[in-house]
Amino acid sequence: MGKRSKVIEREEVVVRFSGDSGDGMQLTGTLFSYTSAIFGNDISTFPDFPAEIRAPQGTVGGVSGFQVHFGHSEVYTPGDYADVLVAMNPAALKANAKWMKPGGTIIMDVDSFDEKHLKKAGYKTNDPLMEDKLGDYHIVKAPLTTLTKESLKDMGLDNKSILRSKNMFALGLVYWVFDRPLDHTEEFIRKKFAKKPAVVKANLKVLEDGYNYGNNIQATTPSYHINPAEIKKGSYRNLNGNIATAWGFLAASEKSGLPLFLGSYPITPATEILQELSARKDLGVKVFQAEDEIAGICTSIGASFTGSLAITSTSGPGLALKGEAIGLAVIAELPLVVVDVQRGGPSTGLPTKTEQSDLMQALYGRNGESPLVVVASSSPTNCFDYAYYAAKIAVEHMTPVILLSDGFLANGTQPWRIPELSEFPDIVPPVVDKNDKDWAPYKRDEERLNRYWACPGTEGFEHRIGGLEKDYVTGDVSHDSLNHERMTDIREKKVQKVADYIPELEVLGDEDAEVLMVGWGGTYGHLYTALEELLAEGHKVALAHFNYIKPLPKNSYDVLKKFKKRVVCELNLGQFASYLRMNFPDLEYSQFNKVQGLPFTVVELKEHIKSLLEEC
Amino acid sequence: MAGENGNNYTQFKSDQSVRWCPGCGDHAILNSVQKVMAELGYKNEEVAVISGIGCSSRFPYYMDTYGFHTIHGRASSIASGVKVANPKLKVWQITGDGDALAIGGNHFIHTIRRNVDINVILFNNQIYGLTKGQYSPTSKRGFISKTSPFGTIEYPFRPGELCIGARGQFFARSIDKELKLTVEVLKEAAQHEGTSIVEMLQNCVIYNDKTHNAITDKEHREDRTIILRHGEPMIFGKNKDKGLILDGMTLKVVTIGENGITKDDILVHDAHCDDISLHLKLADMEYPNYPVALGVIRSVDGLVYDQCMEDQLADVQAKSKVKSFKDLVHSGQVWEVK
Repeated sequence: MGKRSKVIEREEVVVRFSGDSGDGMQLTGTLFSYTSAIFGNDISTFPDFPAEIRAPQGTVGGVSGFQVHFGHSEVYTPGDYADVLVAMNPAALKANAKWMKPGGTIIMDVDSFDEKHLKKAGYKTNDPLMEDKLGDYHIVKAPLTTLTKESLKDMGLDNKSILRSKNMFALGLVYWVFDRPLDHTEEFIRKKFAKKPAVVKANLKVLEDGYNYGNNIQATTPSYHINPAEIKKGSYRNLNGNIATAWGFLAASEKSGLPLFLGSYPITPATEILQELSARKDLGVKVFQAEDEIAGICTSIGASFTGSLAITSTSGPGLALKGEAIGLAVIAELPLVVVDVQRGGPSTGLPTKTEQSDLMQALYGRNGESPLVVVASSSPTNCFDYAYYAAKIAVEHMTPVILLSDGFLANGTQPWRIPELSEFPDIVPPVVDKNDKDWAPYKRDEERLNRYWACPGTEGFEHRIGGLEKDYVTGDVSHDSLNHERMTDIREKKVQKVADYIPELEVLGDEDAEVLMVGWGGTYGHLYTALEELLAEGHKVALAHFNYIKPLPKNSYDVLKKFKKRVVCELNLGQFASYLRMNFPDLEYSQFNKVQGLPFTVVELKEHIKSLLEEC
Repeated sequence: MAGENGNNYTQFKSDQSVRWCPGCGDHAILNSVQKVMAELGYKNEEVAVISGIGCSSRFPYYMDTYGFHTIHGRASSIASGVKVANPKLKVWQITGDGDALAIGGNHFIHTIRRNVDINVILFNNQIYGLTKGQYSPTSKRGFISKTSPFGTIEYPFRPGELCIGARGQFFARSIDKELKLTVEVLKEAAQHEGTSIVEMLQNCVIYNDKTHNAITDKEHREDRTIILRHGEPMIFGKNKDKGLILDGMTLKVVTIGENGITKDDILVHDAHCDDISLHLKLADMEYPNYPVALGVIRSVDGLVYDQCMEDQLADVQAKSKVKSFKDLVHSGQVWEVK
């Protein structure tokens, strides 16, 4: 291997693979992520695919992207801007030009930059680099299509199969740029196409030729050097938020001994949870793909009545449809976890984009006083933990729990250190004591205020529950006005009691900060990265990030009060800020909001915080 | 009234006082259900009675079994969840024409299509009673009610047609006050594996009194209804002299002894026949052109959802290497950091 001409040393780097929907960019990005993770970098990835399944080829609307952020130290976001862009066609360049870091590297397949494709992508001239003001970048004009054809000419493959391997050539080239080994990807190819030796041979050849091409053009191509990160010992795998959520429930099921039941209906971006649990019949999961969102939750409520760990998964529009049934679970006091993977709204909104605008719906989107627990995950991999804890709370406190995730967490991946189940606390379902002579359907545990789970099949505990108001003890239908008030109070109190069982709110950063950033849920990675960078630059800032929304951690007020300035940062018009104002009305809150269907960028967060610091 | 297993129907009565209107057809249906459960030797704890919203949906409160009075239209979804989660339970769903066929129409057809083993009793009084008298999806065309003061301008659903159209494997019909027939039909429904729909022609004394009277009235009942039993000829009438034959593709009422018709010409009921065409015709028969069919119209064996779920789980579990959470998380692409 020859000497590299221009080596760029970096702590971290962001690479974006971008091409047509059919160019295989998701796979290319995934393989690159794995190699980087195995190499020992910390990584964070995010796929960005078009909402249309087959958008017109060559258009900006049809561009599919995959972004990988990896570093020598820990990374918490997939990165705002890319250092390296692989653009398989003009549309990919057009779509990503504004997301490039100044001075970055662009690898483009010049074969596809012909007049026809330039026009399709919306370029007016034959010089897209000038048009998009990319003059100061390292441009690697690689004829990927021609080189792939040349590489495979003696393989006896048809033209279509040859063109399909173009992404492996690009991947080989990118491996050269980052000086990464090919062996992991080679192993993947051998396994994936085990039954098609010709395809294996072709892909391996093209991957290697891509790498060697990098070597041959090294005089004109920069390469990057990023050392591995210091990572906690253990077994790791990559996990996205949806799979992590599904696995959290599997863990809770095994730990509690309760059979897992999911009633659900496909909806973007939550569908993968339904798909993953459907595949887990080996672990005894019962999945009921219902005729609609309402039937999804109602089958789960039925399963909960019989003693299953019952889950329903959805996104915002589905949560709206489930509202009445959630109220039934509230009044029947049955355990249930409702996962809402939030997306842009209202109505159908932006199905594939992220947003945090279902918070108020989760808290209040039902008729009557209808309290329940609201929990939010804050990273792709901690979706696992919060799914586990949501299930634990639902079961032990006999209450529905809404678990908020979002499109960003759902599709983003991070390396996940595989835990042992023993690292997690037990889940003890409050199953009725068969020797309890004083049992009544609404008799409560004095501490937690939960009623007991008496499941059909248990002799001597036959009883009726339902959506009508219940007598405080017997559970018989009661229209008594004072009883209704007493029941309304105890349902709220029961939910508030959960605060005794959740961790306190932590403050990250400077205890004497001038500005406290306040966040919740999926924005954690961006807020935390902004915090770290601001601290490194010598600013006095701190971050309080909420995972438990209702009830709030017990020390929330004390934490918030300590700081002079609070800025609530969220991807909506200020729902959490309003909620905090309602809970702690004597404190003042400023807001930083974004509703573009996109995550925050670290850059814009830092700018805003700096402007607040200047006012101090 | 002891049952075969020493059971007594009173063991299924709860301590709650029954609050339907005096004279309501629901009382008789409640008695029939309790009798059936006693006669089939059910244990109280293995029964779950699930209902939606409406007068009939108060039913679970009067049963000393497990019960769940849920929300409007969703009973069949909740019942499906109960049955699939615990197939050992005997799951009965109580619903009305509004609950099952209006707000719950989607769940009704899909539950039938899946063939979850639930016994559905559909109380059809052709009116919304609990909200005090609005027309329902089964109200006759032109029916005058509080929300149709000039008569409805909609065709009503025929529950049997809807059920069979949704690939229903079991459909039966009875009349609330016909205790004996109701018990007979409900027993068959209970023993049928898969979704069974039993339409009960039920009288609402307050808002739609005598709506079924043209056929249920004692004086005319035998001439205007026909009780179908598998393997028996389709004969009806006070004098047992009327019957049904197929004239081309159409059912025809004939009189035995007239126009050369003999008993041998009369159709014999085959409830177990897979083909739906005759069952549909029988279910759709309406007075005055035809007698209304009572009894078990269709009872066909098919694959049952909750059993198939169990079978599939067992099958996959036997073949898979993943036996635990630990196996799962360590399968696939895992790497070690040392």
